Amino acid sequence: MNVVLITIITLSALGALAAVILYFVAQKFKVYEDPRIDQVEEVLPAANCGGCGYPGCRAFAEAMVSSDDISNLYCPVGGAEVMSKAAEIVGKAVAEAAPQVAVVRCNGTCENRPRTNKYEGAESCTIAATLYGGETGCSYGCLGLGECVDACNFDAMYMDPVTGLPVVIEENCVACGACVEACPKDIIELRNIGPKSRRIYVSCVNKDRGGPARKACSVACIGCGKCEQVCAFDAITIKDNLAYIDYEKCKLCRKCVEVCPTDAIHEINFPVRKPKPAAPKKPAESTEKNAPEVKGNDKPEEK
Amino acid sequence: MLKTFSLGGVHPAENKISAGKKIEVLPTPAQVSVPISQHIGAPSTPVVKKGDSVKVGQLIAKSSGFVSANIHSPVSGTVFKIDNVLDASGYKRPAIIIKVDGDDEWDESIDRSPELKKDIDLSPEEIIKKVGEAGIVGLGGATFPSHVKLSVPPGKKCDVLILNGVECEPYLTSDHQLMMEKGEEIMVGAKILMKALKVDKCIIGIENNKPDAIEHMNKLAQEYEGITVQPLKVQYPQGGEKQLIDACIGRQVPSGKLPIEVGAVVQNVGTTFAVYEAVQKNKPLFERVVTVTGKSVKSPGNFLARVGTPINDLIEAAGGLPEDTGKIIGGGPMMGKALVSTDVPVTKGSSGVLIMPDEMAHRKQAQPCIRCSKCVSVCPMGLSPYLLMTLSEKGIWDRTEEEQVMDCIECGSCSFTCPSNRPLLDYIRLGKGTVGQIIRSRNK
Amino acid sequence: MSTLIISPSPHVHSGDSVKKNMYGVIIALLPALAASLWVFGLGALVVTVTAVAASVLFEYLIEKYLLKVPSTISDGSAVITGLLLAFNLPSNLPVWIIIIGALVAIGIGKMSFGGLGNNPFNPALVGRVFLLISFPVQMTSWPKPMANVGTYLDATTGATPLSIIKEGLKNGEKLTDLLKEIPSFADMFLGKMGGSAGEVAAIALLIGLVYMLVRKIITWHIPFAVLGTIAVFTGLLNLSNPEEYAGPVFHLLTGGAMLGAIFMATDYVTSPMTPKGQIIFGVGIGVITVLIRVFGAYPEGMSFAILIMNAFVPLIDRYVKPKRFGEKVK
Repeated sequence: MNVVLITIITLSALGALAAVILYFVAQKFKVYEDPRIDQVEEVLPAANCGGCGYPGCRAFAEAMVSSDDISNLYCPVGGAEVMSKAAEIVGKAVAEAAPQVAVVRCNGTCENRPRTNKYEGAESCTIAATLYGGETGCSYGCLGLGECVDACNFDAMYMDPVTGLPVVIEENCVACGACVEACPKDIIELRNIGPKSRRIYVSCVNKDRGGPARKACSVACIGCGKCEQVCAFDAITIKDNLAYIDYEKCKLCRKCVEVCPTDAIHEINFPVRKPKPAAPKKPAESTEKNAPEVKGNDKPEEK
Repeated sequence: MLKTFSLGGVHPAENKISAGKKIEVLPTPAQVSVPISQHIGAPSTPVVKKGDSVKVGQLIAKSSGFVSANIHSPVSGTVFKIDNVLDASGYKRPAIIIKVDGDDEWDESIDRSPELKKDIDLSPEEIIKKVGEAGIVGLGGATFPSHVKLSVPPGKKCDVLILNGVECEPYLTSDHQLMMEKGEEIMVGAKILMKALKVDKCIIGIENNKPDAIEHMNKLAQEYEGITVQPLKVQYPQGGEKQLIDACIGRQVPSGKLPIEVGAVVQNVGTTFAVYEAVQKNKPLFERVVTVTGKSVKSPGNFLARVGTPINDLIEAAGGLPEDTGKIIGGGPMMGKALVSTDVPVTKGSSGVLIMPDEMAHRKQAQPCIRCSKCVSVCPMGLSPYLLMTLSEKGIWDRTEEEQVMDCIECGSCSFTCPSNRPLLDYIRLGKGTVGQIIRSRNK
Repeated sequence: MSTLIISPSPHVHSGDSVKKNMYGVIIALLPALAASLWVFGLGALVVTVTAVAASVLFEYLIEKYLLKVPSTISDGSAVITGLLLAFNLPSNLPVWIIIIGALVAIGIGKMSFGGLGNNPFNPALVGRVFLLISFPVQMTSWPKPMANVGTYLDATTGATPLSIIKEGLKNGEKLTDLLKEIPSFADMFLGKMGGSAGEVAAIALLIGLVYMLVRKIITWHIPFAVLGTIAVFTGLLNLSNPEEYAGPVFHLLTGGAMLGAIFMATDYVTSPMTPKGQIIFGVGIGVITVLIRVFGAYPEGMSFAILIMNAFVPLIDRYVKPKRFGEKVK
């Protein structure tokens, strides 16, 4: 009996002593932390993807609390909703940013872009890119080694084994920009998702002159300028033999898609156009698995 | 015991198939395309335009900075255009394309007589100027402008010139053959370089697998004061500048420093021959000896080719492209570059064209590292390749820098020796490139 | 001409491979295997075959059904683990215990870390030490040498030289008397002593060492550091008090000193990467082994010493760098 009693008393005394010591130590070495940091971190997506430019959500939350002007802070993963919540907590105004999605601007599939050599080095786009121009005649296009897919933390990309190109799974993409960063060829771009997820973009980054570009890849932008002429909104510019569509200015009229002689301009998530009753020259086709994209078949006269 | 460098090294199968083949002069091609960037440093600026007619040896692009080099027309003809052409790495880079006329008319100032001219009339400064004007770059493959190397920075002193006749790359024999045929000229070239550097000692390092060259050069060296031949044990990468200095005179260039730090300047024997021609014969650098070789090549050999000649012409001269070709390498098998096509031109840095049969051209499947430490033991710079690869793969750049990635000479001994066939050098090169950028942006 | 292949340099390879190295080690182990068959006969055969077969089978099963990765049993590393495990077991050990040992060695020691190249501890030793702690009786009853060539489980047992000395000294006997009870050094060199199946014949193990050095499978650093340290350390102890401490020859020839230094400590995966580091590693093993043998509770400490030093390998690799080019001051 005595033994049990002594044991209980000793252990309780030790526990109490430890508690007192811990209390004083905790008081002595207390670090004040703004409770709002925890609150902000709570509403953040906790993906720690680094898409905001900070090393993890915690660091972003600290930045939210500590900086006076938070207009240059944006969590691409959480989007406007999360940002407004976070801004509410810290009591600051938040900048509005349109939701974006990653877009792969290369359509150099095995079919469109014949392989001229075979790469057998390390499986890394960056290493291949520093070594040489790539497996095809186009030294601008996708190298197909999937560094963007490796960089993606959200299962929003995969390599299509048929085309050899990466595909963005729109629903999963949070526009953190990791793939954009990872791509040594600067092929991937973040673009506004657009109304009803509809987008129009030039799926090519080849800056060669028309002839060599077309020779290397049948769907290359040849910089002919037809799209620039047809665009009523000044959204298209041609630079270095390459067209670029400004997504802020584009009104999604699809005229450029129609005039493009090499089908380099892609339209995404538009409804299937009714074929002209007269003569459908080309059946509608789907080239992307997740985002069925439809080519217009009412092109102007073929030259 | 024969001398060699102190750390690491490997011994790949030598395969010097084209050894002893006389240097053949390749006929001038119908058209040449001369890249304006075929040396380390700033690309040259073209000084001719479309339609200009040029003679052999005429300046067509001039040096655009201190580290840059003049380029001279290798043929006589008309400038067809200045345009982007496919280079060895599949990128399009600017080049001067010249259509050749049949006359092969040389610039009058070039002395084409074959007599050996021993007396050196020029002063050291004039020699360096002449070397710069002639567009001479390191012909061992690094293509660093030679006049820069010869200009000893103030405060530094050079006490020995080392000539690189090692040719440690397997297969290549161009330097070997050049020593056999132009040994005397190389000796005079060495004397010129010694005068330019104001040194009275010159060591020619030659690996022991070329006993004929050692004997030949040794015999010639008797007549030239201060020049000695140093036979070296066969060990790759002995031709690396730092390794050669270590092997010949036992001095180690500190990390991040140039050879001049230990009082040595290294020049390739091919470069030395070019210096002789430039100084004594007023002939700029527009042609060089290129080895064309490979296990399946019909008649491997050493060819004197004009810069800008399509590599295809060289391959034809060696009996055509074999059926079983899997890989074409510009340079040797250890450090050369795989070519994307045979249309690429010969440049000042082309030491060889190696044609590998398909069965030798493939890499084996990489396996996990078994930590055998063979990469560490063969690294001639005393680095830890296995660690550098992992750090580069994971993108831990600060530690990659700490592990001295910038000291890597990219000799490939680690990848060569790895029993797991891991692409060590691929990743180390990536790390070196990225860390180099980080350092440059930090120093800005 | 087919499509040209492009890859970064170098474009040639030495032809060395994991398989070549592993099979080289297996060849180097063959003399020791022959010696163990000669000394322990049937028992050694059963133990070796069981351990090797179980190791290979477990690696195959784990890779196929648990990890679902391509099989790596052909690289020979599982065979080596099996062989080394067998060499560290008494030759009268029941089959079921050996199978448990192989399961622990391969399953916990190797595959749980991700397979070849990733395990921090020598798998065979993980298996061996597990068995030593779990089955102390079976693991420390040693068949008498040369007397049990035709027997397996019912072999007559005796003590190893190390345990004779350890027990004797504990009981206050004189070292000089004890040394008379153990086999002569010449017999020990040839393997005629009690011990684990593969560790007894120093001569066979040394032949293996020479083979591996000639084929450049391993470098001299680890084996010489381990054996050298044991020799120097026990030599000093012996000099300080010859009445109490046995000399270096005894310590080198008995127990797992040779097997450990030549085959276990030199395991690529679990040893340091730099020559300097390897020497530190070897010295550590030597010191710990002698400490356990002379002052510890166990008669033999090689396995523990190697496992302890295995744990230090990452630390050694972090701080011991190879000799860099250009460090030499002229």
